[in-house]
Amino acid sequence: MYKLSLQRIVMILAICLLGIFFAVPNFVKDPKTTLPSWWQPVNLGLDLQGGSSLLLEVDMKTALKDRMQTLEDSARAALKDARIRYQSISSDEDGVKVKIESTNSRAKAMVPLRKMDDGLKVTDNGNDVLVVNYDEPALNEIKRKLIDQSIEIVRKRIDEYGTNEPIIQSQGEGRILVQLPGVQNPEEVKVLLGKTAKMTFHLVDSSTTVAEAKRGKLKSSSRIIRGIEGEQYVIVRKPAVGGETLTDAGVSFQEGAPAVSFKFNNLGAKKFGEVTKNNIGEQLAIVLDDEVISAPTIQSAITGGSGVITGNYTSESAQELALLLRSGALPAPLNILEERTVGAGLGADSIEAGIFASVIGFIGVVVFLVLAYGLFGLFTTITVFLNLFLMLGALSLIGATLTLPGIAGIILTIGMAVDANVLIFERMREEVKGGRSIKDAIESGFSIAWGTIIDSNLTTLIAAAVLFYFGSGPVRGFAVTLSIGIATSMFTSVTVTRLIIAAWFNRYKPKTLPI
Amino acid sequence: MTMLKFITKDTNINFMKARYFTYILSSIMVILSIASIYLKSFNFGIDFSGGVLMEIKSEQPINIEDIRSKLSVVKLDELNLQTIGTEGKELMIRAQADNANDEAQRKAVAEIREILGNNYEYRRVETVGPQVGDELKMAGTIASILAILAIAIYIWVRFEWQFAIGALLGLFHDTIIVVGLLSFFRFDFSLTTIAAILTLVGYSVNDKVVTYDRIRENLKKYRKMPQEELINKSINDIFSRTILTGVTTLIAVIPLYLWGGDALESFSFTILSGLIIGTYSSIYVSATILNLFDLRAVHHQEEDNYFGTIG
Repeated sequence: MYKLSLQRIVMILAICLLGIFFAVPNFVKDPKTTLPSWWQPVNLGLDLQGGSSLLLEVDMKTALKDRMQTLEDSARAALKDARIRYQSISSDEDGVKVKIESTNSRAKAMVPLRKMDDGLKVTDNGNDVLVVNYDEPALNEIKRKLIDQSIEIVRKRIDEYGTNEPIIQSQGEGRILVQLPGVQNPEEVKVLLGKTAKMTFHLVDSSTTVAEAKRGKLKSSSRIIRGIEGEQYVIVRKPAVGGETLTDAGVSFQEGAPAVSFKFNNLGAKKFGEVTKNNIGEQLAIVLDDEVISAPTIQSAITGGSGVITGNYTSESAQELALLLRSGALPAPLNILEERTVGAGLGADSIEAGIFASVIGFIGVVVFLVLAYGLFGLFTTITVFLNLFLMLGALSLIGATLTLPGIAGIILTIGMAVDANVLIFERMREEVKGGRSIKDAIESGFSIAWGTIIDSNLTTLIAAAVLFYFGSGPVRGFAVTLSIGIATSMFTSVTVTRLIIAAWFNRYKPKTLPI
Repeated sequence: MTMLKFITKDTNINFMKARYFTYILSSIMVILSIASIYLKSFNFGIDFSGGVLMEIKSEQPINIEDIRSKLSVVKLDELNLQTIGTEGKELMIRAQADNANDEAQRKAVAEIREILGNNYEYRRVETVGPQVGDELKMAGTIASILAILAIAIYIWVRFEWQFAIGALLGLFHDTIIVVGLLSFFRFDFSLTTIAAILTLVGYSVNDKVVTYDRIRENLKKYRKMPQEELINKSINDIFSRTILTGVTTLIAVIPLYLWGGDALESFSFTILSGLIIGTYSSIYVSATILNLFDLRAVHHQEEDNYFGTIG
């Protein structure tokens, strides 16, 4: 007799029930509040639920320039310590260039220059110039760290801004993808991400004035910098205290006007205390993103580890600056490469259109199958319907994101699922025609068609894998949907169909195939 | 019992006889497609061309000329306005920014929002920088070619190299013609279009593999049958399956094209045309072309089912 082991039947039914179980939240109203977190509907992509997506690029060039600037400062110090005379020193994003005319000194300078940092290499470019830069692995490490830090800061800022379930992930070389469900106008977020918010404290160089400095009376350790109101200052290049030692910032009121208050960690507090103690009467410039936002004169040693920035702040702009200082500085500026916003209305319309098209398509397929295959067509209908549930269940379980093309992928899977059944049924027909008994024909229908089904589905899976690898956003969602659909459709069209036909065969003992 | 018996009836059509005619037909279609791609290029969406895309909706029907004059102050190249939907209440604003950088694009969007104000629902706002567009174009092309090659390698491993060549020819045939149609009818060519092309590649190869499976089986079964007759018989053997599956998938996809909404129009057109062309090429390109080779010479003894049987 045509038999399946009990174990097998139980397993098949268990998988089906499990699939349906995980698909259920998709039909529940307001599942977020009523259902546990492990039992949730499928995530909707931004194209379906509405929201904003930003593709950011870490500005490596500027970041490397900064890095090399720091290296240039260390090079000055290192050469001074080693008592090596140099003619000039400069830097750009490719490295630090030190001009030393004496061949002897040039050779002597190699070692201290290389020892400034790990992964440095020093080359003589032949024109009396030594070029200091990072070797390939060190440079990659620096870039990787830059991206990681940037993502960290972006995440902090977005979290502080307070949007619902943001997704922040790195994408490709130096890119960061930010997805903000529900955000309809990302202007505020863009403002937040558009600032590096690098804050440092520098002593104002009182040995010269701006006018004198412009005429050339400027120490190499100082530089001219613009202030927020267009004025200019001469400040010491090396920060007295770095912004990385800030731990907190908030809005406070000074004489009724909004101001930004900040706190240092222990190290910063100690440094800040020393600097203020040793430089009473001097000006301390607070520099934000290469602009002096205020330069108060130090009245007394500040040892409490906190301070206040006053200026022309409104409560909004004070709030914004406090947020930026709290979340930390971006190691490099971010450029917005791509911005996509879908309104909630369009998303809802897309879902509606997708569901309508699916239902019509499904009904059409059912009618056609029953007309073409009669009873077996009805069996197929059951399995295709079951497949829809299993797909939805699997997508919900793994927390996949359903996009508009993904809905199309589901519809397409209906076609794929039916194909497996068609292959099986056609084979059965042939076997009967070849003189086999019904039972044998059913058996070989399944077993012979299996190879073909595997081949044809695996090739589609290859296409889906390539899509996943190269695609992004909605396309990736589509690839996931398609792959899951291939897997579940093989299960329903082969395994479940077989179970149904076996049950039918055992119950009715048919003499002919109804196809 | 079944009502569409005519479909599942055994056929005995001489497919091989028509092959010279279809080779010419296919060649012409491929040449026309390449010509269209070369001459008319594509109606690239902003995914690829970079630029600004906005979709707005109003309570009342939108007067395009009115909007056009309002927006004339915005500095953008090639401002393109087009109503979408049936009621004329939705408008698509597209601006190609040839020289504009990311910053200029975003400024333009902010200006448009300011000019149009809050009387409109902003259903979609997208800006894509020119640099990203070029990268996506590259990635899309590589993805499509890589997918076809990966599939060909799979077929080579599972069948023989002759089959891989047949499948490769068929897949390039399908892709070029569908892409040609997209170019000729000026369908929006976007990232989802690439997804649709790869899907049709998946579907089309599915069809070809089924045919090849049968040819391989028959090669073993009918050792004396002339090759041309054998290929023809194989195509006929599975012809009812080809039609049934094709029609079912068509029935599933047609509603998507008709009612799936604007965003899926070019996607479903690609799949729809790909279905038809893929089915055609499975028979008339990938199967018939096998007759150029002596399949028996290379077909040594093989296991039938690498993956075993179920049971």
